[in-house]
Amino acid sequence: MSEQQLIQSDIALSAEEIQQIDAELAHMPQKSGAAIDALKIVQRQRGWISDESLMAIARYLDMSPEALEGVATFYNLIYRQPVGNKVVLFCDSVSCWICGCDGVKQKISEKLGVDYGETTADNQYTLIPVPCLGACDKAPVMMVGDDLHTNLNNEKIDQIFSGQVSTTASTTESTAESTTTSEEEGS
Amino acid sequence: MNNSLIENSTTENPLIEKVLTRNIGPDLKPTDMTAYEANGGYRALHKVMSGMSSEDCLEVIKASNLRGRGGAGFPTGMKWSFVPMGDKCSPGHKYLVCNADEMEPGTFKDRLLMECDPHQLIEGMILAAYTIEADRSYIFIRGEYVVAIERLEQALADCYKKGYLGENILGSGYDLEMHVHTSAGRYICGEETALINALEGKRANPRAKPPFPQVSGLWGRPTIVNNVETLCNISHIIDKGPEWFQSLGLGEDAGTKLYGASGHVKTPGCWELPIGTPVREILEKHAGGMADGRKLKGFLPGGGSTDFLVEEHLDLPMDYGSIGAAGSRMGTGTMIILDNQTCPIGMVLNLIRFFAHESCGFCTPCREGLPWTRQVLEDIEAGHGRKEDLDTLLRQVKYIGAIGNTHCALAPGAMEPLQSALKYFQSDFEAHVEQGCCPYSRPLENQRGEST
Amino acid sequence: MPTIYIDGTAYEVEEGKNLLEACLNLGLDLPYFCWHPSMGSIGSCRQCAMVQYQNEEDTRGRIVMGCMTPVTDGARLSLQGDTASEFRESVIESLMLNHPHDCPVCAEGGECHLQDMTVMVGHRDRNYRGKKNTHRNQYLGPLINHEMNRCISCYRCVRFYRDYAGGTDLAALASHDHVYFGRHQDGVLQSEFAGNLVEVCPTGVFTDKPLVDDYSRKWDLQSAPSICVGCAVGCNTSPGERYGRLKRIQNRYNQQVNGYFLCDRGRFGADFVNSESRLNFAGVRQEDGSDKGSYKAIRADDALSEVAGLCQQGTVAGIGSPRASVEANYLLRRFVGTKHFSNGMSDVESALVNQILETLKNTRAISPSIHQIESADAVLILGEDVSNTAPRLALALREAARNKGRELAAEMRLEPWMDAAIKNLAQDQYSPIFIAGVHENRLNDIAEAGVSLAPDDIARLGFAIAAEISGGRAIDAVENLDADLSALAGTIASTLKAAKNPLIVSGSSLLNSAVIESAAAVADVLSNEQENVFLSLSVPECNSVGTAMLGEGMSFKDMMDSASQGNIDTLIVLENDLYRRAPSEDVDKLLENIKQLVVLDSLDNATLSKSQIALPTATFAESEGTMVSSEGRAQRYYPVFVAEDDRLASWQWLSELGQVLGLSGFDQLEHFDQVEQTCAGEIPALSGIASAAPDHEFRNRGLKIPRQPARYSGRTAMRADVSVHEPKQPVDDETPLSFSMEGLGVGQPSSLMTSSWSPGWNSNQSIQKFQDEAGGAIKGGSSGVRLIESGQSLGDGLNAHTRSVPTAFHPSDTESLLIPVYRVFGSDELSSQAPAIAEMSGDAQFVISSESAAKLEVVDGDGVSANINGVEVTLEACVDPSLAEGCVGFTTGMPGTESLVATAVGLIVSLRKADSWQRRKPQLIATDNPNAPTVTNQQSLQSGVSHV
Ligand SMILES: Cc1cc2nc3c(=O)[nH]c(=O)nc-3n(C[C@H](O)[C@H](O)[C@H](O)COP(=O)(O)O)c2cc1C
Ligand code: SF4
Ligand code: FES
Repeated sequence: MSEQQLIQSDIALSAEEIQQIDAELAHMPQKSGAAIDALKIVQRQRGWISDESLMAIARYLDMSPEALEGVATFYNLIYRQPVGNKVVLFCDSVSCWICGCDGVKQKISEKLGVDYGETTADNQYTLIPVPCLGACDKAPVMMVGDDLHTNLNNEKIDQIFSGQVSTTASTTESTAESTTTSEEEGS
Repeated sequence: MNNSLIENSTTENPLIEKVLTRNIGPDLKPTDMTAYEANGGYRALHKVMSGMSSEDCLEVIKASNLRGRGGAGFPTGMKWSFVPMGDKCSPGHKYLVCNADEMEPGTFKDRLLMECDPHQLIEGMILAAYTIEADRSYIFIRGEYVVAIERLEQALADCYKKGYLGENILGSGYDLEMHVHTSAGRYICGEETALINALEGKRANPRAKPPFPQVSGLWGRPTIVNNVETLCNISHIIDKGPEWFQSLGLGEDAGTKLYGASGHVKTPGCWELPIGTPVREILEKHAGGMADGRKLKGFLPGGGSTDFLVEEHLDLPMDYGSIGAAGSRMGTGTMIILDNQTCPIGMVLNLIRFFAHESCGFCTPCREGLPWTRQVLEDIEAGHGRKEDLDTLLRQVKYIGAIGNTHCALAPGAMEPLQSALKYFQSDFEAHVEQGCCPYSRPLENQRGEST
Repeated sequence: MPTIYIDGTAYEVEEGKNLLEACLNLGLDLPYFCWHPSMGSIGSCRQCAMVQYQNEEDTRGRIVMGCMTPVTDGARLSLQGDTASEFRESVIESLMLNHPHDCPVCAEGGECHLQDMTVMVGHRDRNYRGKKNTHRNQYLGPLINHEMNRCISCYRCVRFYRDYAGGTDLAALASHDHVYFGRHQDGVLQSEFAGNLVEVCPTGVFTDKPLVDDYSRKWDLQSAPSICVGCAVGCNTSPGERYGRLKRIQNRYNQQVNGYFLCDRGRFGADFVNSESRLNFAGVRQEDGSDKGSYKAIRADDALSEVAGLCQQGTVAGIGSPRASVEANYLLRRFVGTKHFSNGMSDVESALVNQILETLKNTRAISPSIHQIESADAVLILGEDVSNTAPRLALALREAARNKGRELAAEMRLEPWMDAAIKNLAQDQYSPIFIAGVHENRLNDIAEAGVSLAPDDIARLGFAIAAEISGGRAIDAVENLDADLSALAGTIASTLKAAKNPLIVSGSSLLNSAVIESAAAVADVLSNEQENVFLSLSVPECNSVGTAMLGEGMSFKDMMDSASQGNIDTLIVLENDLYRRAPSEDVDKLLENIKQLVVLDSLDNATLSKSQIALPTATFAESEGTMVSSEGRAQRYYPVFVAEDDRLASWQWLSELGQVLGLSGFDQLEHFDQVEQTCAGEIPALSGIASAAPDHEFRNRGLKIPRQPARYSGRTAMRADVSVHEPKQPVDDETPLSFSMEGLGVGQPSSLMTSSWSPGWNSNQSIQKFQDEAGGAIKGGSSGVRLIESGQSLGDGLNAHTRSVPTAFHPSDTESLLIPVYRVFGSDELSSQAPAIAEMSGDAQFVISSESAAKLEVVDGDGVSANINGVEVTLEACVDPSLAEGCVGFTTGMPGTESLVATAVGLIVSLRKADSWQRRKPQLIATDNPNAPTVTNQQSLQSGVSHV
């Protein structure tokens, strides 16, 4: 039958990535068990998971690209589209909402010129909503990269993103899902 | 430090014996191995490794009446007793997994325990693993908890160095590996069987029970999943005994509990109190009462998937039985406070939006029913609601809300705030429909306005 | 037997079932989606809800999922009550939120399980005011259409494709209400079982692409019970016709054979029936100086007298065919006389098929049905690449591999239908499957061990296993066996001995009799110790066994010799392209040495174009006949529609010829039943065929069985351009079926089930209405009759083996052993003529090892040449790192390699890089290759948006 051969991709895993993945594999009875770890490891290095990265990981773990894609697109924090240098995980869950996160979000959008799922024109930040960050007593909160920012208000946003000039965003569609789902008028 | 967590969490009260937070000071500094051991840490581990059998440990935990702090409140000792032991277990690994995926909206207790006292969790886990004869253990932690991950990794390395983990722990002949697994983010990973799938590197769809993880869990092997707070209690119970633990509780339940409050209260925070402390005490004494100019309208006692309670319930003790009898659940014990200036429909909508997005997509009522519910609430909140929408919501509650109608407990949990809101705040729903708009002005900025 | 109470009525039900199965078995309608009788329960759709009460006092009860709840004695349940009904309606209503309202243009319309279930729960009014989610569809290749908007996320597709059929390139992607079932990128689905998605999907996400391109509704299709001609497994099919065209093949349930599934060669390969190269009229060759000549169409009557005239001038010989029915072969043999008849197989093949037949007759092992194969708990495959030669059997082996999980589950008292639980428990533990082949095949992913060996070494391994099992008693140890193989033989031997239902699979495909013999030896020594030993031997074609059962006639060589001595004047070839059976020089010589050639066939081919007279024959879809599968099961197929123009069934041409010539007895061979019964009476091995199906006089409560469904529409409208008068429906004198919608299509034997339909159940899921239990046999028994009963001759089975252990193969540095390699798409003669299959199959190839590739400095897609029997053959290179050392494979039966399988076996050839070679352009979307120029998705896609 017409078996399509996967042609080796140029974008192989780096030695460092392989070493880290191997460390995870040591805890797994099956190679595919390290799928999520491997995705995270590679994403840490490359910012996001491109098709090429996905296939390189799949090959390394003896998985089909489909199986790995099923995993990659399931989780919120695996980015299958390019993101900025830092991801802004903005908590819009209940306590933050009660404490006015909508206004803060509006402020960020104005400041950075981006809406959810978009990346700033200078590729610095991608804004993504996140479920409750577990810091509800300091709502509203968000993470910028690895840093947690609490008790947000407009001033704080100005401080955190000082030096950031608002421009139009680059158009990245939805956030973590590769399957684009648009809305169509129902009847 | 950016992630200092809970400034108000340490309201001093000499009358209350602090157990889980005894190493946590107002500065929220992490407790390292030396400090931990200096305050009695790993005493229980030594005790067990120098002579207690697994059966002994299990008996102690059973006798302590410890109930799971992950939300469901299942008796921990009983859960462990389902694990096949000794010859009754087919050869192979057994697993202990710590559920540190804390993502329940309005819940912020496990983060504190892991960031500030990682060894307490690890010691509890070693003892738990020993009790069920597990040789592998994982801490399944959400990826956003960067600081906690770092500190747990450090603590694990220290434990391996000291021989508390690895082969032949403290010369007892017992081997245990422990590993931190960071999640890639999804609320459903907190559901224990979905968590197991996630640990196996798969899509985190929950599994059907039976078989229960205790007999067929991770990679088909016996597995125990416990919440962080549950496991943090273990070393203390082993150390001081079940009677002491029982004596800590104010009512039927045993031990202490991390309670919390968020929303427009004067001093939101997280406090360790005897289990069974009345709601009013938590709210008024520890959280400082409502913020200026706001009145209590209702509260979710234990996270986003519990039913609203209202003023009349303020004098109930926060324990499993009392809150359950009032029609809600103690859940995680971290309360979300709804005030009279915040729209209850908006709040429920926020929660439903969360749950609809976090549905794993496996079963129909949850995957399709929650987005539908969200759409109806969106219409109502935007002023496009119709009278019959309230019937639709009632029907959705009935359709999605019962355990068993869906594959796991996510969707029924999602219905809890809605069903109770329909009961307590019916007039708000009607007002939205009649007036064609939301009668509440939406809070657009952090009105608490503090700065840190 | 537990008693359960449903809405107050007590029922006795079978233990070990779930409530959904129990209800269906009781004939009650309980809607479901995700459950499948072959795949078990996962509880995702939540459609099969019932209310279970704790006891008599309990009036509220609680909702349980029927498919996830075991029956328990005394259980009190409600199916009809408001709580359960309302819940089930809510589920459908939810599923309809995003489901487009495109039933009028949906290929599934009229046989859609979702439609049926929607009607069943009574959902009608739409309350949801929101927008519908829409998805982008993917290009999945020439066989399957993708329309994701119709998806109801029952997860059946991926459960079938991945978990059941072992495919890898389809998965559930994303989450919440964005769940998407597709590939990682657009591209051809790689599993040869992908076509089952059409039937497994309860709605119109995966549809039959060739059908969609030439569409008719199910209710407008005329169907008849049929048998797949794609390989020797003999899957039961239900072809559908309209406007004289075969529109599609659907699975026809036979518990013992194909169950619920077919392979794609069978499903999509039958399209050759509509081929442009079909013969419509008889033709007489007119010499026009060209090599090919041209044909003048003549009337059928004239053709008959022409042929009769030829037959009166001297000796007539006949060549039958393993792809023609038993009856047609029999009549030809009778027409030309046994002495002048050849069964039409190549000499190599004929010897092997006869060897297999003899083995099955003499062994004490059981020749298992596909269903029995599924019960095997340890498997040894010797040499046969079943994924390519007998695909449905390979699917059964995957099911067998899962028996390990069921065993583990039973220890934990989990029910066998708890699919997800068993999968989680077993993880990657499978029942042991050992594979010795010339290269790795698609079953190796579940194999406990696999080795690549030259054919003789496979046989040596087989004999070594037999020797191990017999402890050296019955079979001598194999000499000079390599230590690793020896150890492997030991492991395999002890595993097979420990199994309850050990299965040995082998067959003729490597054209090596020692391989078959070694498989038989293993089965036989095992039978000394165990009762249920299965021996499954594959043969090349749909009726190889039936043809061989007619008895040995002339070999091809005999025929050549006879012709060269001038002993044959007229040669009649029945449905056979001789150029696939012998080297072309030999065929040419044979044809030169005879005076006239008469060919009966349905499609143009090389032999046919040499004929003086060509007679157009009906295909399986337009004629009746009996075929015998490799299992030894005789099965009847029936015409689905009346052959157009002058096409006739081969048996009919031959019968009429005999009558025209006044041959003795042919006046009693006018009807099919007469032919079949005479054949059965005359040939003991075939005596059973008469009971394969009822004869033409059978009536279903006095009525014929309709081929057209009750709602068949437009008998007048479909011919409105010709005449608005309703034509008289054709009469069928040969079978109990009618070419109309009149008659009674309920309650007949399963061999006469035209298609499956029941009120309220318009999809193929209606099959459960014809079973006593889900997944069980059709009421009245599975169709077909076994002609070889196992263990018949308990004689000294062992001594029957000559035990001619071949010597070990010694690879050479410079030359390679030529071996046949099979392709599920491409190796088969007829299915390759179906356009969709042709698109899947690519070109003929030399399969070379990595070492050869390195030595020759070629990569995949380059050209490689070899001199084979004096002929220069240049084919595309396909590098297979798993190929046995010292071997080179050629893909059989494809343009350029048609006759190699009959002629070039066991040859040693030397390969070189082709002198000039044009690399083939990738035909398939190569989106798996990140470096490939992006054949962009958007262009090749259909519009992803459905307007609702
Ligand atoms: C949707 C869902 C999310 C959950 N999330 C968490 C969680 O984040 N952390 C947790 O400890 N338990 C969570 N649980 C509960 C767990 O399934 C499980 O009951 C718990 O980890 C058991 O630990 P315990 O016995 O120590 O309470 C969740 C349950 C559900 C249904
Ligand atoms: S979930 Fe069950 S629950 Fe649903 S069929 Fe599917 S058949 Fe049933
Ligand atoms: S709701 Fe935002 S941190 Fe909890």
